[in-house]
Amino acid sequence: MRLMPPPKNKLVESQRHYFRLSLLVTMLIIFSLILVLRLAYLQFSQYKRYATLSLKNQMSILPISPPRGIILDRNGVILADNIPVYVLEITPERVKNLPETIQRLRTLLPSITEEDVENFHHAQRQNHAYVPLPFKLKLTQEEVAVFAINQYQFPGISIKARLMRYYPLAEKTAHVLGYVSRINEQELKSVSSTNYRATNFIGKAGIEKYYEDKLHGQVGYQQIETDVSGRAVRVLSKQAPVSGEKIYLTIDSRLQTIAYEAMKDKRGAVVAINVKNGDILAMLSSPSYDPNLFVNGIGRDDYNALSNAHDRPLFNRAVRGLYPPASTIKPYVALAGLEKGVVTIDTKIYDPGWYRLPQIKHVYHDWKRTGHGVTNVSRAIMVSCDTYFFQLGNKLGILSIEDMLKQFGFGSLTQVDLVEEASGIVPSPHWKRQTKGVAWYPGDTLITSIGQGFMLASPLQLANAVAGLSQHGQRFRPHLIDRAVRNVDKTVFYKPHEERPVQLSNSGYWNIVTDAMQAVIDNNEGTGYRFGRNAPYKVAGKTGTAQVFGGAQYEKKRHSEIPEALRDHSLFIGFAPVDNPDIAIAVLVENDVVAASVARQVMDAYFEMKGKK
Amino acid sequence: MNRSQRPMYRFTSHSFYIDLPLLGLLLLMISFGLIILYSASNQNLSMVLRQGGRLIFALGIMVVFSCIPPHKYKLWTPWIFSVGLLLLIAVMVMGKIGKGAQRWLDLGLFRFQPSEIMKLAVPMMAAWYVDRKPFPISFKTLIITAFIIFIPGILIAKQPDLGTALIVIASGLCVIFLAGIRFRVILATLVSIGLAAPLLWHVMHDYQKQRIITLLNPEQDPLGTGYHIIQSKIAIGSGGAFGKGWLLGSQSHLNFLPEHATDFIFAVSSEEFGFVGGVLLIVLIVLISLRCLYIARHAQTGFTRLLAASLAMTFFLSAFINIGMVMGILPVVGIPLPLVSYGGTAMVTFLASFGILMSISSHRILFNNIE
Repeated sequence: MRLMPPPKNKLVESQRHYFRLSLLVTMLIIFSLILVLRLAYLQFSQYKRYATLSLKNQMSILPISPPRGIILDRNGVILADNIPVYVLEITPERVKNLPETIQRLRTLLPSITEEDVENFHHAQRQNHAYVPLPFKLKLTQEEVAVFAINQYQFPGISIKARLMRYYPLAEKTAHVLGYVSRINEQELKSVSSTNYRATNFIGKAGIEKYYEDKLHGQVGYQQIETDVSGRAVRVLSKQAPVSGEKIYLTIDSRLQTIAYEAMKDKRGAVVAINVKNGDILAMLSSPSYDPNLFVNGIGRDDYNALSNAHDRPLFNRAVRGLYPPASTIKPYVALAGLEKGVVTIDTKIYDPGWYRLPQIKHVYHDWKRTGHGVTNVSRAIMVSCDTYFFQLGNKLGILSIEDMLKQFGFGSLTQVDLVEEASGIVPSPHWKRQTKGVAWYPGDTLITSIGQGFMLASPLQLANAVAGLSQHGQRFRPHLIDRAVRNVDKTVFYKPHEERPVQLSNSGYWNIVTDAMQAVIDNNEGTGYRFGRNAPYKVAGKTGTAQVFGGAQYEKKRHSEIPEALRDHSLFIGFAPVDNPDIAIAVLVENDVVAASVARQVMDAYFEMKGKK
Repeated sequence: MNRSQRPMYRFTSHSFYIDLPLLGLLLLMISFGLIILYSASNQNLSMVLRQGGRLIFALGIMVVFSCIPPHKYKLWTPWIFSVGLLLLIAVMVMGKIGKGAQRWLDLGLFRFQPSEIMKLAVPMMAAWYVDRKPFPISFKTLIITAFIIFIPGILIAKQPDLGTALIVIASGLCVIFLAGIRFRVILATLVSIGLAAPLLWHVMHDYQKQRIITLLNPEQDPLGTGYHIIQSKIAIGSGGAFGKGWLLGSQSHLNFLPEHATDFIFAVSSEEFGFVGGVLLIVLIVLISLRCLYIARHAQTGFTRLLAASLAMTFFLSAFINIGMVMGILPVVGIPLPLVSYGGTAMVTFLASFGILMSISSHRILFNNIE
């Protein structure tokens, strides 16, 4: 039995092995050289490229949102502020059993709604698990205390203070300021994506929207080192954000408050303007809403209630509401008549209580069935004689009326610093053919000259026009911004913008009309009795009554018997003091007669404050 | 068989059969590995201690293996190989039942990877078989040896563990090469592989295909499979000449580099110690391999010479494939860097093979031609 393999030529075998072994050594050296060369290629010739890539990998820029600029009234009363609120935040990654934890949270804080949970889950789908997400906004002090005691039971959940927009005057300034709310996809497209990297809120209406650029500020940055999942490891450098500009409005919050109180439970608008520069001192639309509801996402029910409400609280009647100006148009028509020489101060007519165009059967009635008797232009304004203006309008022709109204700014945007403004309508044959496709009838001219028919104007236009009238044609662009303060000390004042003035061939015509408007208030025959004859300052004004529903069925009825929604709107325009005017006002009250008395309250407050100063 | 017929051995030291130069080099590389691991594990001391524990166990195995005389290995070779093959088949059957990749055999106390045995058993079996046949290797012997190599190789590749399969096949091919295969046969084989490559492409798993595509163009899929290679190249490249410093490698510490404690640990060392560190590691690997080839050169029997050279090349090729894949010149095949990567199984196998090498170097037969 042979234990060993058959003998071989051991020497030859070994030497062949040695040769092959040296080949293996050669291969080993070559392979190693390949590795070293590759290493040298990566670490020397490609060093710069990979060093840059490595830096790019680990650096990340984290934006810091700038605090939004606050908004104040002309005297420094805060109208829009940033206040810290307590927010309950959940970091999903650190919570072990999320559904169970949420259930326990809801028993602890019963104010958490189904909607909060839904919003949280929505945000959860869009963020990394390590990002803390808001769960319940606006915790009360009590809730903060309750949670603080139980916090140890809730790992991964904490209370954070965040800045939130707050409007202290709430309903009173709602339409002027508008509100901010969560930014949406479409809005993100319209703003600089860099500057809004960290921003959650954007102005959605009013001043907040119009001056979004100023209020927003400049985003700040934090350069941080991040790991592969984007989690911050440490801060490398920081550039502080620049807070938004502080905006002072021309609004006087006291006057605004008076207007709000006077218009409570009524529908309509009040606009008060400084005639010397276009400062809007008060601008109110009623009914109003609480803008604070919108800030952190209004609840669905609240929003539906607001937007579907019959009296439309979200609608800014002061700039967007368009109404027939009714008799408040008469001073301008009178000016047109005087300027064109169609009438003079001495031209008198007899008013039997109606007017009829030649060859046309239709009879146009004066608001006073018995007529006003012998009337010149001054008396016609004072008693608001429709018959006089039917005749005057007929002689003037629509084009002259249109021209004068347009000079006072009707039918075009006032360019006030709000996005909501509507331009209204000054009708003309051209306009009628374009929009209605039918010819202009002489009857159209008649009703236009008493402010009914097609003509529509916003309360702001009414106020601005009467401001121009008080200044004998000098007109300013109405505006809400007074000054903006940037970087604490750089104040930029708004420069009043003068519009094209209304020029008359004889400046005496102005006095004829303003005297007549003063008579409206202080003459016993004047229609402005609701303003009160006893004002401690001299007022010029004009009332108006806009028909909501023209029909025989209600003509004879008493005011209280007509359904509220069908009652006439009342209007009032005016300015004071007559000798050297500084405030002009326009008031419109829907389906009610009290416009003049609302104007009185606002003007009284204005002069009382002025006297104290 | 009388007493005089048994081989006589000379002791290198009094009670151990340790090859001191090899031990010194191994300890250098292992220490360097632990230093890198401390950084790569984000200074996780317990991870380093666990690895240290495994090392001590593996070094113990090495000492035990070094004490076993080579002729015992030769005697046991067929048995080791057969058991290994049976275990491989067992794993495959269990994998079929368990539906999915199966590399482990759960023996209750510890989990065990039969493919690791094959890293030793295939070169042993190939050397054993070739050594029985006359030199140079005949065609018939070549075919049978090919079966010895490729049956376990394919079984391992099917697990699927392409990396280990490659190493096992390479170790067997080393034996064939040393056994005097003719160069024209090598050439013919290479040509036929070139022709068969498209066929092979069809047999490969999708993820294996993907790895080759990714290797050729990693930028094609930077967030998917190309991510590993891109991040690893960034780590190495940004290390520069002297590196970012120990514990300061941003790529691994901020987790951009995947698998940075295991397969991609070479990138960590190159990022933190730069070209200097990378070359130092490569030099250590080359020195260890050369020492092992030196042992093969001075081995006294055909079996031990073939086995020693094959084990030396197994070690070198593992390191070469690992570093090559980390640097983006070879496909990502999931081979750890020997002695450095975190993990115990491969460590034990390699130190066991060094134990065998030490046994070959230290158990020298006093009388060469005893028969």
